[in-house]
Amino acid sequence: MSVLVYIEHAEGSVKKTSLEAVSYGKALSDKLSFGEVVAVALGSISADELGKVGSAGASKVIHVNDNKLNEGIIQAHADAVAQVYNQVGAGTLVLAKSSLGDAVAARLAVKLNAALVSNVVELPDNTSGYKVKRSIYTGKAFAETVVTADHKILAVKKNAVDLKTDGTAAQVEEVTLSIADANFATKITSTDKATGEVLLPEADIVVSGGRGMKGPENWGMIEDLAKELGAATGCSKPVSDIGWRPHHEHVGQTGVKVAPTLYVAVGISGAIQHLAGVNSSKYIVVINKDPEAPFFKAADYGIVGDAFEILPKLTEAVKAQK
Amino acid sequence: MKILVCITHVPDTTSKIHFTDNNTKFDKNGVQFIIGPYDDYALARAVELKDQLGASLTVLNVGEAETEPTLRKALAIGADDAIRVNAFPKDSLFVANQIAAIAKENGYDLIMMGRESIDFNGGMVHGMVGELLGMPSVSPVMKLEVDGDIVKMAREIEGGKEYLEAKLPLIAGCQEPIAEWKIPNMRGIMSARTKPLQVVEASVDGVNTEVIAYQLPPAKGSVKLVDKDNVPELVRLLKNEAKVL
Repeated sequence: MSVLVYIEHAEGSVKKTSLEAVSYGKALSDKLSFGEVVAVALGSISADELGKVGSAGASKVIHVNDNKLNEGIIQAHADAVAQVYNQVGAGTLVLAKSSLGDAVAARLAVKLNAALVSNVVELPDNTSGYKVKRSIYTGKAFAETVVTADHKILAVKKNAVDLKTDGTAAQVEEVTLSIADANFATKITSTDKATGEVLLPEADIVVSGGRGMKGPENWGMIEDLAKELGAATGCSKPVSDIGWRPHHEHVGQTGVKVAPTLYVAVGISGAIQHLAGVNSSKYIVVINKDPEAPFFKAADYGIVGDAFEILPKLTEAVKAQK
Repeated sequence: MKILVCITHVPDTTSKIHFTDNNTKFDKNGVQFIIGPYDDYALARAVELKDQLGASLTVLNVGEAETEPTLRKALAIGADDAIRVNAFPKDSLFVANQIAAIAKENGYDLIMMGRESIDFNGGMVHGMVGELLGMPSVSPVMKLEVDGDIVKMAREIEGGKEYLEAKLPLIAGCQEPIAEWKIPNMRGIMSARTKPLQVVEASVDGVNTEVIAYQLPPAKGSVKLVDKDNVPELVRLLKNEAKVL
């Protein structure tokens, strides 16, 4: 029984979280003695990029090079993945949790009559039954979930397993599918997307600012530090509510949930709703002038002081250590 | 035009999470339950659409009797009537099956709900309902306008927005800033008491996941503070101790 991994890409570059999903699929297959790990990539994507999928642990990539699939039309992607799943005789589908991935996985769960477990943080445990650990209450707790269906879909949270980079080249199989027009009923008319930025949900390092930054004109300091660290920038809810920063940068319970290796919070007090969006971070650094800010209780490292003095020094110090 | 808004009954976002019965049950002690924040955005937009289009607006919850105050609140905010499917929401497929069954019976043009519940965060129910009903589903929707039978939407994607169009009927998983949350006024609260709230039994059974135990994350150690006049020390710690640079 093979493991199928759904790959997402942004303008032809495979998302890092999807490569992690491939590594998760490989580790799962090794642990449970399943068969081949097959990845499915939809739309136009280069051979180089498909090669990365092999390094991450897939032995085969099924590439459906259909331009109509370049955009993430939810129903069309679900239909294509279901066809491939059945063709390869897979028993498990793995994918990275994302806004498209969630929507596609939900439709697939019905199509494939499969159990869908989301926010998976570890490999399954099959010592008695089939158990999966997933994150719930926006990272405030975990649930041990028993899966009873034969077919399984696992939507994997970032950092559930380490990214594997030493796999061998995958065999790429070009496949043509027939996808009914009804699946393209939703039309994407335009996109408005920041280019050249590190994407927040994918980032290994995130630098976020809160109301302590006093105004959007001071964001240059956050961006300078982020640039030096190769980080994505985020913000607290009040900051996106008052329009200092765009909504897609809002980190928190009702915004983007991040799981970087390093989260740097500047001028954010640490309301419980913000903490819920960052509590899967490996290390948290807090810079705040208020020593009583609740965020310090959730932090690994902290500096009590004025962000406007500390940020330039920190950016310099990061530059100096390179 | 008929609009259905599906809401969850979840712990308030400021709740501290605890479990009882040997970590097998959620501890409701001292927890205030609310309309899921994302569902609340969907409801707020639906109330605007109802006024704008002269639509009917039904609100639905799959839950036991304890969720009725949450449904009454949705009625106070502006829904015309409420349906409660009298069952514990066992898993996302179970909930999606109940919603689909009600929708098949009543034939809604637009089904709205939050992008995800804030207890289990799956973000699956809208897609499942869409597939069960053979309708398009779009999520997370941050802007939604209805123009005749065309729905124009903005959907949040990683790093930006995508603008979409689809025909009704449609299912939308919603999030901010689709509308401002609405706070019920006194007239709304009074009228909510007499608006119809229909209780129906679950019509489809079957689950394929079951939670057997809960766990809290390990407690965080105490913070290591670096003096504000020694900022390079922080970089040294991140590089040599945490090994993240």
